[in-house]
Amino acid sequence: MKSDQQSKSTIWPEQIYRSFQDHRIRQVCYVPDAGHGRLIKLCHADKNMKTVSLTTEEEGVAMLYGAWAGGQHGALLMQSSGVGNCINMLSMAQECRIPLLMLVTMRGQWGEFNPWQVPMGQSTAAALESAGVIVHPVDDAARVAETVHAAARLAFFSYRAVAVLIGQRVIGFKNWSK
Amino acid sequence: MPQQKKPVLERRDVMAAILKDRGDTLLVTGLGSPTYDAYAAGDHPLNFYLWGAMGGAAMTGLGLALAQPKRRVLVITGDGEMLMGLGSLATIAVEKPKNLSIIVLDNQHYGETGMQPAHTGRGVDLAGMAQAAGFAAATTIDSAQQLKIWIPQFHRAPGPVFAAIKVTTHPVPMTLPPRDGTVIRHRFREALLGRKAFD
Repeated sequence: MKSDQQSKSTIWPEQIYRSFQDHRIRQVCYVPDAGHGRLIKLCHADKNMKTVSLTTEEEGVAMLYGAWAGGQHGALLMQSSGVGNCINMLSMAQECRIPLLMLVTMRGQWGEFNPWQVPMGQSTAAALESAGVIVHPVDDAARVAETVHAAARLAFFSYRAVAVLIGQRVIGFKNWSK
Repeated sequence: MPQQKKPVLERRDVMAAILKDRGDTLLVTGLGSPTYDAYAAGDHPLNFYLWGAMGGAAMTGLGLALAQPKRRVLVITGDGEMLMGLGSLATIAVEKPKNLSIIVLDNQHYGETGMQPAHTGRGVDLAGMAQAAGFAAATTIDSAQQLKIWIPQFHRAPGPVFAAIKVTTHPVPMTLPPRDGTVIRHRFREALLGRKAFD
């Protein structure tokens, strides 16, 4: 049981990567987060994906509008602290009905140690929803893959901005002792 | 700090000259005057007019340039819009898209909101920033002669190319392109992708 739990909690980045392939994701952009570390490496290693490091998250929102205008699917990876940076840029997704897939790794919730992460972490879902983004929270490692798949379908087939919030419970506690 | 000259170029003339022989160039325009100027130069389905998303024009251009590596992508925006997305100069320089040019019509003011002075009129050198970030070419243009030399570079030189073109704040006639974002994106994608735009 424990080993099954372990494998589920460590394979979800690979499962997201496979979902990206299934959904013909050609541009991936990110501001790094430890929770996305494995996925970022997988994307960088894939010659069919252009994987772009950003200086701030709203750059990625704008970049993926351009990607879609040019006929490519993309995905934006960030930590919850970056969501607030995106709010005005998200207006274009709503106004132009441009598909947008965001994968947000959460901080400021399950067992957070850094109090500065809590304000944005606790308002992530509400901030996104107020900007017209459909939010899919997921707190179980075994459900991350299906949630990303469903979010990608909703985004690209129904032309909507969709964010998957990958709970801090999935990612685990950050080790502050090393 | 170099002494800044009073701009002499007129923004509508500059826009018209850049787009005169555009061929199948893809154009993204920053909100406010650059969007109006592009429309005044002649409406085109391959114009993606932004009416908002301030600070996002250059990065919209990057996503488009990466998706369409065989097409030239021009971003024409204003100095205020570019200042809001300065980090994107670093991101674009690192990605080195060969087919992307970022052109700033720099009137050194926030024209849409009452002509408040912008940093570019107070010594901030956008072309210097692009150069330092690592753009393949970056320049400030303040004469018709320089503009004539640089226009072919915008369309053909290996990118990323950056230019800040100093323009006056003289008033121009109001011209308003389509505003509805769904119309703009449908039209653009159909012209670029044909039937696949609706897959």
